Amino acid sequence: MTAVTAPLRPPIWRRLVGFNLLTGIVLGIGGWYVGWFGAHAVVGPSLDYFGDVDYNELSVFMAYIGGVVGFLIGLGFLNYPARRLLGYPPSLREKETGGWARYFGLCTDHKVVGIQYLWGIGLFFFIGGLNAMLIRFELLRPTHQVFSGGTYLTLVGMHGTMMMGMMSSGILGPFANYLVPIMIGARRMAFPRVEALTFWLLMAAGAILTTTIFFGGFPTGWTGYEPLNVQAAAGMDCYILFFALAGISMTLLGLNMIATIVTMRAPGLTWMRLPIFVWGVLSTASLMVLAAPVLIAVLSMSALDRAAQTTFFSASGGGSNYLYENLFWVFGHPEVYILALPGFAIVLELLPVFARKPLWGYRLAVAGLLGVTLLSWMVWQHHLFVSGINGDLRPFYMLSTELISIPTGFTFICGLMTLWRGQIRFTVPMLFCLAWFFNFLLGGLSGVFLSDVPSDVTTHGSFFSMAHFHYTIMGGLVFTFFAAIYYWVPKMTGWQLNETLGKIHFWTMFVFFNSTFAPLFAIGFLNQPRRVNVYAHTLQFLNDWVSVSAFCLGTSMLIFLFNLVWSLAFVKKPAVANPWASRSIEFQLPSPVPVHNFDRIPVFSSDPYGYGEGPVPQWVPAGAPAGRD
Amino acid sequence: MASQPTAATPPRDSVNHGLRFVVAWLVLSVIATPLVVIFVGPILPPGSMTTQAHEQIYDNTWLAAVSTPVLCLVVVFLVYAFVYFRAPKGGALVDGPPLREHAGIQVVWIVITSLTVLMLAAFGTYQLLQNGSGGGQGPSPVAVPAGASHNLAVQVIGQQWEWTFRYPSFGGVETHELVLPQHTSVTLHVTSLDVVHSFWAYQLGVKADANPGTDNVAYVQTRGPGTFQIRCAELCGLFHGYMFSTGRVVSATQFQSWAKTQEAIYKTIAKYVPPYAKTYICPAAGTSPTCSPQPTLRGG
Repeated sequence: MTAVTAPLRPPIWRRLVGFNLLTGIVLGIGGWYVGWFGAHAVVGPSLDYFGDVDYNELSVFMAYIGGVVGFLIGLGFLNYPARRLLGYPPSLREKETGGWARYFGLCTDHKVVGIQYLWGIGLFFFIGGLNAMLIRFELLRPTHQVFSGGTYLTLVGMHGTMMMGMMSSGILGPFANYLVPIMIGARRMAFPRVEALTFWLLMAAGAILTTTIFFGGFPTGWTGYEPLNVQAAAGMDCYILFFALAGISMTLLGLNMIATIVTMRAPGLTWMRLPIFVWGVLSTASLMVLAAPVLIAVLSMSALDRAAQTTFFSASGGGSNYLYENLFWVFGHPEVYILALPGFAIVLELLPVFARKPLWGYRLAVAGLLGVTLLSWMVWQHHLFVSGINGDLRPFYMLSTELISIPTGFTFICGLMTLWRGQIRFTVPMLFCLAWFFNFLLGGLSGVFLSDVPSDVTTHGSFFSMAHFHYTIMGGLVFTFFAAIYYWVPKMTGWQLNETLGKIHFWTMFVFFNSTFAPLFAIGFLNQPRRVNVYAHTLQFLNDWVSVSAFCLGTSMLIFLFNLVWSLAFVKKPAVANPWASRSIEFQLPSPVPVHNFDRIPVFSSDPYGYGEGPVPQWVPAGAPAGRD
Repeated sequence: MASQPTAATPPRDSVNHGLRFVVAWLVLSVIATPLVVIFVGPILPPGSMTTQAHEQIYDNTWLAAVSTPVLCLVVVFLVYAFVYFRAPKGGALVDGPPLREHAGIQVVWIVITSLTVLMLAAFGTYQLLQNGSGGGQGPSPVAVPAGASHNLAVQVIGQQWEWTFRYPSFGGVETHELVLPQHTSVTLHVTSLDVVHSFWAYQLGVKADANPGTDNVAYVQTRGPGTFQIRCAELCGLFHGYMFSTGRVVSATQFQSWAKTQEAIYKTIAKYVPPYAKTYICPAAGTSPTCSPQPTLRGG
């Protein structure tokens, strides 16, 4: 099947000054100033004013809200509702715009949004990674070295917040947006404009977080604990706005995914024939929809504490910091699985292709994903084991936390048994998936120490817990993120990535990832708390080792970046439609996938894992009825 | 589209892969687990200065021992699969046998992981409820060691960015060094004057968050004498990294003389220090005589 409609290409001036990123930025800056001076006009001149050392929080919040609204108007998000209100007929014209301009504006083609997400999130991922390099540079010496205490904490906070907020959509943004409609045999997402909105909201959020440096940064790390939060300078407002906007983006993304998967599956695609990746997306999306609103709520209370002098979280005003901690972790622990579950799903999706065997124990794998989703709601107080809240609930949270390793174990046994007696091909995506087993295993086993209260008394808040969650998130999510890039980017862009550079990237990343984070377990065991810029002289050798390894890890990322730019911008070697001999439906389509995905909506007769069970079934039987859409 | 591989199932291997893998795993686990217990266990934190710390070592050793066979399982499996199930280089694309599931393996796996997990949770709960394991338990602790009402009480006050200690049984004397007598049961009351801190006395095996307006109780039973490190384990602002100090466990007579000296020094300044209280931040400013109104945390 081929693309049938030649995309409409408006004249060049229309592409530059229409509703696009450029007008979005201009109106965004305009909206920022309207909010800033508007809020000053409202609260009067008696409060802080522009240029003061500490800012009027209300103006900061109103400025950024004005900026975001202006940005979205400039991108054209109000065009559709305005046209409908004025009586014009509805249209999806955004989807028909062709050429590169699609990528710099509101586009309702799910494949364009997926690629926008890939580059957008990649940009902030590299900013976050650069922060990590600077943190490790400061930690080369046990005493204060380069950055002031405030700058160091801002780097720590920006690294954590950027990574958590952005990488929450790290798989669902690029890959689920691109692949889920194709995998379920649909031509679009259920809510295409909402899909575009999630991306542009996240970009606005990322820009806001970056501007925290102009307001003095923020000292709280990614957790934003009260009452340090309310004590902090105006840079804290950028944190609150970032996470709240990222939370809105996540909620909408999750809703869109659930609606799409539940309602838009092609005929024959029963729940038990769904690709496991779609199951992973569904469970992650349900976590997003339910967890992110809690984050938005708790940050709204923080914003009120800061801007309107309420005292939700200040003991001196009758509030409690425990309220913040509980609400934050009610979001925060499902958030951890929002990061981890897509990784599980990608591993299980890719292993059958490269082991040439069906996914072993499909139902058990689904049960594992759903079990983790359910249990992740019942474990949040393990972040508060020594905080002094509800001492008698600790055995329950210890049990529930350890129970979650049972469904996680399902993923392991299904993945491992898929390899059993297979025909394993060590391609670059496969290598990243296999590394997941090792990394996530170490992350999980160290998690057992943290879930055990007596052991947690020593390890809590130390570098041990820091090493633990880097093993689960970087080892679990980022490795599978790269697996997904090497596996699907040839399909998404139509160009191959260089395999040799890919292998060099994998091996340097795997070696230096472990060399960076394994010693951190020891450093944590040896009494180094998280987020310090001063540590014991006896730990200098280990810290220097970690720093040097981290720089090598950073270099490994540059190899990847070079590969991406070199292969996609210069070499441009066309990718074949099915480079991995996969049975999945997206690889039965041409590369890149045509604008409307399918000429005819396919009819499914099996899951995509029938390796060794005969030829690929005919996805599009002749004379099949045209589907929905 | 790449050519679809022939669905020819490779001939059944003459060797019993399953048996060989299980034997390799068991042998490695049986060798590795005692080695971990013997050589890694003793170097696990946090030391034996208190009963709680000693039991944490025991706990950590147990967890390391249970983790070792799990690590061996996955690593041996992966290595075995890489060696025996690798597709021949340059050969035609061949599919593996279409094994979709095996009820027996699934049941065994679920039963073993569930039993392991339940055993770990029961073990951790037992260890925790014995004496609280040195963790902060809040104002109404549940894991109380026997005879705790006769304990030496010490208050730990966190503020940006230093630790202060008060001894209510010595007239509320306030010091900057934590000194404890050996072979004594101690009740630590941890609180904060401003933001959340976390009191981490490493060698004592104690960690308890210092929350404004909350009395967070942790129990510890000291053993032999020595010095210990104190750090703040919860990000508390600009000088979080500098918020450390040291403490000593000394003999009972040394402790008595030290406390008497501190009390004498303290008498001259006692009137400048707020009287001893469980917490120093009152819900509504000025409602309690022991609780002076707090300045607002944030100006403007």
